[in-house]
Amino acid sequence: MTTASATAPRDSPSKWPLIDRLGLGMAWAAGIMLCLIAGAIVVYMLVKGLQELNVDLLTSHPQPSLDQSKTGGFLDPMIGTLILTVMGTLIAVPLGVATAIWLAEYGRPAGLARAVESGVEMVAGTPSIVLAIFGLLIFQESLFAAFSFTAEGGAVYGRSFLAASAMMSLIALPLVVGATREALQSIPSHIREASYALGKTKAATIRRVLVPAIRPGIATGATLGMGRIAGDTAIVVILLGATLQLQGIDALEPFGTLRGTGSTLTSYVYVNSPAGEGNAPEKAYAAAFVLLAIVIALNFTVDWLARRGKEGSAWTR
Amino acid sequence: MAGLPAAAGTPRAGAAKLGTWSDHRVERVLGAVACIVLLLVAGMVVFVFVRAWPSFADNGLAWFGSGGNVDQQLIDIFNSPADPDSYVLTLRAWPLLYGTFLTTAGAVFFGLTFALFSAIFIVEFAPERLRKVLEPVVRLLAAVPSVVYGLIGILVIVPWVNGLISQERKESVAYVVQLTGTNISVAVLILTIMITPIMIAIIVDALRAVPRSWTEGAAALGVNRWRVMWTISVRTARPAIVAALVLATARALGEAIMLSMVSGSAGFAPNPIDGITFFFEPTRPLAATIVDNAEGLSVVPLGQTLYAFAAVLLVSSMFLSLGGFLAKQPMRKYGIRP
Repeated sequence: MTTASATAPRDSPSKWPLIDRLGLGMAWAAGIMLCLIAGAIVVYMLVKGLQELNVDLLTSHPQPSLDQSKTGGFLDPMIGTLILTVMGTLIAVPLGVATAIWLAEYGRPAGLARAVESGVEMVAGTPSIVLAIFGLLIFQESLFAAFSFTAEGGAVYGRSFLAASAMMSLIALPLVVGATREALQSIPSHIREASYALGKTKAATIRRVLVPAIRPGIATGATLGMGRIAGDTAIVVILLGATLQLQGIDALEPFGTLRGTGSTLTSYVYVNSPAGEGNAPEKAYAAAFVLLAIVIALNFTVDWLARRGKEGSAWTR
Repeated sequence: MAGLPAAAGTPRAGAAKLGTWSDHRVERVLGAVACIVLLLVAGMVVFVFVRAWPSFADNGLAWFGSGGNVDQQLIDIFNSPADPDSYVLTLRAWPLLYGTFLTTAGAVFFGLTFALFSAIFIVEFAPERLRKVLEPVVRLLAAVPSVVYGLIGILVIVPWVNGLISQERKESVAYVVQLTGTNISVAVLILTIMITPIMIAIIVDALRAVPRSWTEGAAALGVNRWRVMWTISVRTARPAIVAALVLATARALGEAIMLSMVSGSAGFAPNPIDGITFFFEPTRPLAATIVDNAEGLSVVPLGQTLYAFAAVLLVSSMFLSLGGFLAKQPMRKYGIRP
């Protein structure tokens, strides 16, 4: 390398050994293929979605009918997605944040902490279909009869918004725990020590100092979890009943709706694809487009939160 | 653990005044909440296995073997008499297990190769402007719901693949299995596209975490850019690559809806001896079988069979997270957080 260095500050690939050039070629090929696939999916869904989407679809209830022009839109599935996402997150966030704080700040006895840690990891690795039928097993117990409706022979149906969102929260839980722990670990210990020096207890430090500081981290985890919940299908198909419309129970609203069955955008797409009973691809495309828009919006929110978390709260450094 | 020398530095004097927010109580409440997660996991394992046990007990180890038509067996189980003593539970689940293995292994193999080269491209070789676009796009692709991939698969790829299969090929195996556009290759293709972005994201992070001084040192010794990436960065990031592998495998293993849409949904074990036809043969993994038979969950013997499938999935994912945990250890040793 004595002669070339003067003219070429960076060696050019043409002088590399063949195997290295091959590797470089593969990397470029993979990168370009990635662009093409991503571009194809995004453009295809955009074109199809905008073609099929109209205001009627967004504002009318789905109707059971053989005639495609009478099957209505997907207002109910959109409400279903909203309910499930909000409720799932509402359960997952307190549970996840408490777990993460305990793991990062207390974690005693160490054995229990390790067990909880691996428990969270196991939940993260469990397929959602397994969570779904496990949820069915639990919510069909007569103990939980209040969460869904009971058929005439006393058999508990087990499928409802409450049951589905309880299981959905398990999908979001590992993400909330992960993001919160990461945020806690990134706070240097002198922040905590400063608080102790002022005579605050550990509990007060967590409540007044740490929790405000990790708020962007919690928000990131919650938003990631919302994306997962909005995109999951297996739990909806099995644990929400996947009925076309929201079928509440004659009880006090809104609790009746929550105890009843319904569907979400994901199950609507599934049912209306050629694999399901509805078989209305146009509507499936439109619903998939809306679903994708929601997921993309959540994705951008995560980015924005992460950026804000880095800029803001300079005192945590 | 926080970098705080535990209780020694924690003043407890003011605790009594704070009442509900006393230190001890907060620790106990938070610990109790954390244990809920543990209880849930334990409950899940116990409940699923208790419900699944009759199916395993009735078949013994033959449960995992092959023999007969698994779809017919599932129908027989569904139609078994209501009397608990005469439940039909006979099942030879091999075609489903094999289908799960084929789709998962195929997708993970192609996905990992693709993801590794894409990650190297993004970290080292992509032009700055392309890189700025690619990174959010990868994260976006990772977040796309699986049902959307399934929809694109069944409406775009499946008709196209169906056109590729010649009429003679269809007729040549018509007495055993029906060849359509929904088959093992489409399942592997869509599954690959679905799991690759997750792997890319993890591997990119790991390649970035490789200390700069290591790669710069190698470059200073006259090693070219490709070799620096391949011998220094990729090798250091090996534990993260295993972690990505584990995560992607777990995702592929548990994917139910998308695979039930595009895998052909037939309890058939594709046979590599069939040559090219092999790639067009339908299959159905375990998770998709559960979804396809979900309406029969209330029929007790079929429910027990489906919970047995879930138990197999649960054990597999447990071993996977154990593997992932072990894989992360060497990276901690170097002081790199994956």
